[in-house]
Formats: sequence, structure tokens, C-alpha cells
Amino acid sequence: MATETQDAADAAGQGAEAGGAGMPQLDFSTFPNQIFWLLVTLVVIYLILSRVALPRIAAVLAERQGTITNDLAKAEELKAQAVEAEEAYNKALADARAEAQTIAQQTRAEIQAQLDDAMAKADAEIAAKSAESEKAIAEIRASAMENVQDVAKDVAKDIVAAMGGDADARSINAAVTARMKG
Amino acid sequence: MDQFIVKPLFGGDTIAWYTPTNVTLWMLLAILAVAALLVLGTSRRAIIPTRTQSIAEMAYGFVYKMVEDVTGKDGIKYFPYIMTLFMFIVFANFLGLIPMAFTTTSHIAVTAVLGFGVFIAVTILGFVKNGTGFLSLFWVESAPLPLRPVLALIELISYFVRPVSHSIRLAGNMMAGHAVLKVFAGFAQVAAIAPIAILGVVAIYGLEVLVAFIQAYVFTILTCVYLKDALHPHH
Repeated sequence: MATETQDAADAAGQGAEAGGAGMPQLDFSTFPNQIFWLLVTLVVIYLILSRVALPRIAAVLAERQGTITNDLAKAEELKAQAVEAEEAYNKALADARAEAQTIAQQTRAEIQAQLDDAMAKADAEIAAKSAESEKAIAEIRASAMENVQDVAKDVAKDIVAAMGGDADARSINAAVTARMKG
Repeated sequence: MDQFIVKPLFGGDTIAWYTPTNVTLWMLLAILAVAALLVLGTSRRAIIPTRTQSIAEMAYGFVYKMVEDVTGKDGIKYFPYIMTLFMFIVFANFLGLIPMAFTTTSHIAVTAVLGFGVFIAVTILGFVKNGTGFLSLFWVESAPLPLRPVLALIELISYFVRPVSHSIRLAGNMMAGHAVLKVFAGFAQVAAIAPIAILGVVAIYGLEVLVAFIQAYVFTILTCVYLKDALHPHH
């Protein structure tokens, strides 16, 4: 502890000694030297700054400002283009929708017309077919009637003959015809 | 106080005005540091800056804005001179914080040249720009007439004290900071209080880093204020 105190005193003593020797700042013999080198330094720094550094930094800053301004203008332009494109797209969409509407309308009308046409044709055909069929049926019926008459006459003649009567063809025919009509 | 002694670099005892001394060395290092930051750092001229270029641009913008804000548009043409002062002082201060370094700005000879240089330049500029109208700086028009001569005397004294305070403020701050560091370092030799002393050294060193920048800033902004007075002497 004692030595430490001694050390502290020494340290303080050194400081006091150096301070007592006079501040180096007030040693006027070094002033011309310091002033000379200071002026040299200031001139050199001034030349470096004014010739190289400051114009360069100013140019870089101006260039950056210009780039930012350009980019902003470009972005604005692109935005306007995008809005324009959207409008065009919307317009095209509306046009296409309207066109689709008309086409659908037209197609529907056309199909309706074709359908009506086909219906009419089919109706006519059906009418013709049914008339034809009726006629055929009538014919078949007529021929069937005739056959029935023939068969009835034959049967009547046979029945008369079988019952021992003398059947002459004409009276039998007349009788059958009369019966059939009745 | 050894750290403040001016020594010849290549031996010998006599210090003539041209002798290369540690002043020469550390001022040369300041020049190299300024060149490294502002010239090498911006050599790529990148639109998107690198870190060094960012710092260079920040230094440029910092001083440029200071000059513009304080002196107005017509002060911009003195921007290179003020930038020179700022870059020299800030790098001299920071380089002085390197252990074993010599702090050029802790010498009153250096700061007095800077301070009186600014004072003389600004005074001449004031008379060149405004003629005798520059004297209206001392004649406070807004004050009542009987007070004006008194105020003029005070203004005159304060005007001539400017370079003294301007230069002593910088040298005094730098010297005091380094001296306090030295005192704490001296206490660190004593085992019992060494931890506290070392903590103190660290804390004071941090403070000195701040002071190194702030004093450069203060010197620069006061230069701008004086320049504004020269350009627009009317209150």
C-alpha cells in the first residue's frame, strides 16, 4: 500500500514536473514551423478538395438526383400507360360482351326459324302420310269387304247345298248382298 | 505533457520553420486521410454509393447544408474554403486520438492561424462587399439611440475577441481532453484505483471522440456565422 501511494505520488510528480517545464503550446520557437506546415497542409487540402473531390461529389449527387427524377417520371408514365391499357381492356371486354349478345340473339332467331320450318315440313309430311295410310286402309277394308262377300256367298251356297236345297247362284248372291247391307 | 512537444522527425535539436517535425507528419496524415475519404472513397462515382462514398457524401452534404443554412445562397461560393477547414480540423482531431499520436489542433499556434485567418478573411470580405456599410454591424439600428454608442463599443470588443475565443476554444478543448486522459492514465499505474482509472480513461476517450467532432463542427459553424456577418452586416 505504501509503495502504491509512492507510485501515485511519483506519477503526480511527473505530471507536475512536465507541466512545470512550461506548456509546449507556449514554446514560441516552434511557432514558425507549425504555421508553415499548417499553411502548406491547408493549401494542399484546398487544392485536393476544389480540384478533385468537391466537383466529383457534386457531380455524383447531381447525377443521382437526375436518375431519381428520371425514374420517377418513368414510373409516372408507366402508371398512365397501365391505366390506359386497363381502360382499353375494359372497353374491349364490353364490346365483346355486346357482340356475343347480338350473335346469340341472331343464332337463336335463326334456329327458331329453322325449327319452325322443319316443324311445318314435318306436319305436312305427317298429314300426307296419314292421308295415304287412310286411303290404303280404306282400300284394304274394301277389298276385305269384297272377300267377305265372296266367302259369304260360297258359304251360303254350300250351306244351301248341304241342306239339300237347290241353290242357284244368282238368288243366293242377291240374298247375301241383301243381308250384308242389312 | 510529452505528447504536445514538437520534435524534429529526423533528429537534431533546432526547429527551423522548414524542419520536418511531428507536426509535418501528422498534418501529412490528415491530408492523406482527407484524400482517402473524399477522393479514393468516391473514385467509383457510384449512383448507389459504397460505405466510404456514403460517408464522403454525408460530410459534403453536412458542410454544404451548414453553409447554405447559415450564410444563405450567396455564401455557397465560399463552401470549398469552409469544407477545407472542417475536413482538416475533424481529421486532425480524430488522428490525434490515436494512442501515441500528435494532435496538431491542440497547439495554439495552429488554431490561432485558423482563427485569425478566418477573422482577417471575413473582415476584408466584409469591407470589400459592403464598403463602410460593414461598420453598421456595430451600430445597432434597432436599439434606442442613447444606447447605440455603448452597444457599438461592446460589439466592437466582442468582434475583436472572436478570433481569440475561436482559436482558444479548439486548442483548449483538444489539449484539455488529452491532458485529462493522461492524468487518468497516470492514476492507472496505482493498483488500488487502476480499475476505476482505466474505466475513466475509456469513458473520457469516448467523450473525446465526441468532442473531436463537435469542436470541428463548432469551429466550422462559427466560421459560417462570421461569414454571414460579413455578407449581411445589417442586424
